[in-house]
Amino acid sequence: MQNNLFQDQKFRGILYQTLVVGFFALGLYFVINTTAYNLEKRNIATGFSFLNNPAGFDISFSPFLDFKSTDTHLKVYFVGVLNTLLVSFCGCIAATILGFIVGIIRLSSNWLLSRIAYIYVEFTRNTPLLLQIILWYAILIQLPRIKQAPQIWETFYISNRGLFGPKPIFLDGSNIVILSLVLGFIISFFIARWAKKRQDTTGQQFPTFTTNLSIIVFLPLVVFFIMGSPITLEYPVLKGFNFKGGAVIRPEFIAMFLALSIYTAAFISETVRSGILSVTKGQREASGALGLKKYWIMRLIIIPQALRVIVPPLTSQYLNLTKNSSLGIAVGYADLVHGFGGISLNQTGQAIECMAITMATYLLISLTISFFMNIYNRSIQFKEK
Amino acid sequence: MENNSNFETRKPPVATTGILGWCRLHLFSNWVNSLITLLVIYFLYQLIPWFLDWSVFSADFWTNYKGELIVDRTFCSRVADPKGDHGACWAIIIVRFYQFMYGFYPSEQVWRVNLTYFLLVVALLPLLIEKIPGRKHLIKFTIAFPIVAFILLYGGFGFQVIPTNKWGGLLVTLVLGVFGIAIAFPLGILLALGRRSQLPVISMFCTLFIEFIRGVPLITLLFFGMVMLPLFLPEGLNLDGLVRVLVAVTLFQAAYMAEVIRGGLQAIPRGQYEAAQSVGLSYWQMNRKIILPQAIRISIPSIVNTSIGLFKDTTLVIIIGLLDLLGIGRGALADATWMGLSNEVYVFVALVFFIFTFSMSRYSLYLEKKLKTGINMGAD
Repeated sequence: MQNNLFQDQKFRGILYQTLVVGFFALGLYFVINTTAYNLEKRNIATGFSFLNNPAGFDISFSPFLDFKSTDTHLKVYFVGVLNTLLVSFCGCIAATILGFIVGIIRLSSNWLLSRIAYIYVEFTRNTPLLLQIILWYAILIQLPRIKQAPQIWETFYISNRGLFGPKPIFLDGSNIVILSLVLGFIISFFIARWAKKRQDTTGQQFPTFTTNLSIIVFLPLVVFFIMGSPITLEYPVLKGFNFKGGAVIRPEFIAMFLALSIYTAAFISETVRSGILSVTKGQREASGALGLKKYWIMRLIIIPQALRVIVPPLTSQYLNLTKNSSLGIAVGYADLVHGFGGISLNQTGQAIECMAITMATYLLISLTISFFMNIYNRSIQFKEK
Repeated sequence: MENNSNFETRKPPVATTGILGWCRLHLFSNWVNSLITLLVIYFLYQLIPWFLDWSVFSADFWTNYKGELIVDRTFCSRVADPKGDHGACWAIIIVRFYQFMYGFYPSEQVWRVNLTYFLLVVALLPLLIEKIPGRKHLIKFTIAFPIVAFILLYGGFGFQVIPTNKWGGLLVTLVLGVFGIAIAFPLGILLALGRRSQLPVISMFCTLFIEFIRGVPLITLLFFGMVMLPLFLPEGLNLDGLVRVLVAVTLFQAAYMAEVIRGGLQAIPRGQYEAAQSVGLSYWQMNRKIILPQAIRISIPSIVNTSIGLFKDTTLVIIIGLLDLLGIGRGALADATWMGLSNEVYVFVALVFFIFTFSMSRYSLYLEKKLKTGINMGAD
């Protein structure tokens, strides 16, 4: 039989792959060449030395690092990353809590309540997130001006320039108080482990929750008074047109936080609902037959099994929320895309470097979230004995 | 027997049928539920009349409370008479309706846009309704539709050329949404097949591409299209702004589409592949005739869901300066004659998006139900 080389599957495979690699290399070569030419022609510098140049602009919201306009672009980057992480972290937590509540409400036997949850889910899921962010921002800046700002116990002020509140001032010795708080958490972790082990082997129960709560609350409190109250609060005071002192949460952050968590919660509630529904009816009936109360059926039987179904889509919701936090640029929230990928890029003109760093950072954040959620996912999966 | 008298006769069970029975079962089953029901009713009683009043009964449409025709913000009842109890001022939408629909498309050519909208519906019919007469021929039109739409909207072939910077409003939203989905779909299929390919290099390239795109936010890809793409292309090749955005949106959508279709491919039992190969079909024949029709069929609901996501994400183009539906709204608010009416504009834009996305999600639910009963995968 005539055996043509092209009829050999192995040969064809190698040929195709070589062609793909070849075309890719050729394309890359072409792009690099034209880019180099274009950059030279437009007098755009290359390399990463611009990171050490002073930025020359201000960032309105930088709760962790103190930022001045003389600081470098590198610092702009770090402020941006921290702001992105801050709003993503707060958003993920709030979205999870709200999502679980709404998901359970949707399965409530109360028809009216489940309908309301349904309407909330449909409205938030079916309108663009960007629109919701802008809408929240528009609502927040319609709040009263600083002079007429409504107050709560002369401590919190709600105005169109943000939420003003007391700021903790850490004096000498406050480290020890914080240390004791950390210690409290560590101790309660070990107590919980010991209590679980004991219950597993002997069946004796231990009031873990109350013990740990009192350790976490009272240990730092006692240390706090022994050290002579080293942490005080600084209250905001109205002076002229603005508040002096205190801490402020800007409306950009509040708008981002509200929009991201409310939007993502709608998606999370759907995964929670389908997770709970995925637990077969027999499980519920069997645990009822054992005499468990409704609350314990939910906590011990339904939720642990539902979590196996819920966690993988929950991970992708967290990833979505983190990526969606890049929309802060629409309301001027100084996140990574707005500060570094936007203003720094425009000032230096080094589009390739700025975009590459920004994209790489998002990839890194995404991978990190996936990594930790995968570990958690593995820990709750069904272990066959 | 006398023993019977010792037992109390049980009450008959509470009725669970009829309106009263239904209420008892679903609203007042115990005191917690009753309390919740009453609270919710109170909450709705506060909210619904207020919203209806704001949006309809006390709202301005064409004229204000004095009966004057509204031409700018100062005529709006709630601006002209801030102490009075006035609702929304929808005149901003009515006056600027043309812009919301077509942007700055020349009005003497606007029939072309309307015709395209109509043809879009015709092109969608064979996809939505399976039992439509002449479906085979209509499908051919559906495939040709993007080209027809492009010629109609942009011009050439005897039509006056309308540059894309004149396009706006719903037109841009729909162009990005429809073209994005239409191009991303075949691209997504190729990527999904590539990722599952036996050839390691091709599989690696596709995996890297998909994971990279899925790992970064769409906005960075849009920036990529706007600021980096011009640097990569040789001089003189100036891509249109809308095209650059469309490239970014399509690549983004293709990566997500690929993952959805890969899910469908994974659900196809091995036997289908083996059977196709044993009848002597080539790789492409096997995929085209056996595997893909089944894989796409089961992944249609997810495909619709990612398409909804893309449709909502098209709003992101306002960040790089394109005027889609939301962009036109923001433009109207930035105009001094209509400032301060943000609630009306955003509610209107939200409503338009809601109508599109909600009907899409209903359609995907309908498909899901139909598919559940309709097919029996890998039947034995």
